Amino acid sequence: MSRNMKLRTRTQEGQVELLVLINHPMETGQRTDTATKEKIPAHFIQHVAVALNGKTVATADLSTAISENPLLGFRLKDAKEGDMLKVTWDDNQGEKGEMEKAVSL
Amino acid sequence: MTSLKRRSFLKGTAAGAVVAVAAASGMLQPTRVLAAQWPQDAFGADTMTDALKTLHGTDGPADNGDIQLIAPLQAENGAKVPVKVQTTLADVESIDILVSKNARPLAGHATFPNAHGFFSTRIKMAESSDVHAVVKAGGKLYQTKMTIKVTVGGCGG
Repeated sequence: MSRNMKLRTRTQEGQVELLVLINHPMETGQRTDTATKEKIPAHFIQHVAVALNGKTVATADLSTAISENPLLGFRLKDAKEGDMLKVTWDDNQGEKGEMEKAVSL
Repeated sequence: MTSLKRRSFLKGTAAGAVVAVAAASGMLQPTRVLAAQWPQDAFGADTMTDALKTLHGTDGPADNGDIQLIAPLQAENGAKVPVKVQTTLADVESIDILVSKNARPLAGHATFPNAHGFFSTRIKMAESSDVHAVVKAGGKLYQTKMTIKVTVGGCGG
């Protein structure tokens, strides 16, 4: 199953900012399904990695306290127009996702 | 009744095929290879001190004005509170965001093998609380915090 992902690069305060948006419920495991009365199992992204031209430059470990459809922001060093970005993620239920995009400012 | 036998045989084969495909694609793996890398104990800690001790081996970071924690003083929606952390400290290794009144305070832990000391995200806050940004720079911990008021809690039920 692949979830929708969006990557956006822009210049902010003289730095290259990368925004990552991933469609994901980030279910805490605390909510109860009103119909079945059962707890909805936790389902959340645990790890995100950002690679620039093949090298990991930033990572984020997330918990269920990160909002649904995580929107993460990073500021890249030495990123130029056309450099290749690859963002990967995996969650606690074994789902994964990835997306590549060239830096465009 | 050959037709019944044939149907159940076909059903079995189809199910078997699905299992085979699932197994091949790795969907049936019981444990995640990367599970060890996610700092489970830190995220499971129920106090900020424990979370930081587990993550960094030390707690009690020094207050520091070179960290900017940008977030609304009052959150319209506790389920989606935008938080931005940036710092001018040199050699930033990681930024942690913790919500002291959440049952498990550690919300996120970002590391920067080669990126600026900046991290933004949206967090869930169960109730009004202090939100802390802890920065590890040059091997030392620094922090800043702000109080965010929440009118509608963010855990959804």
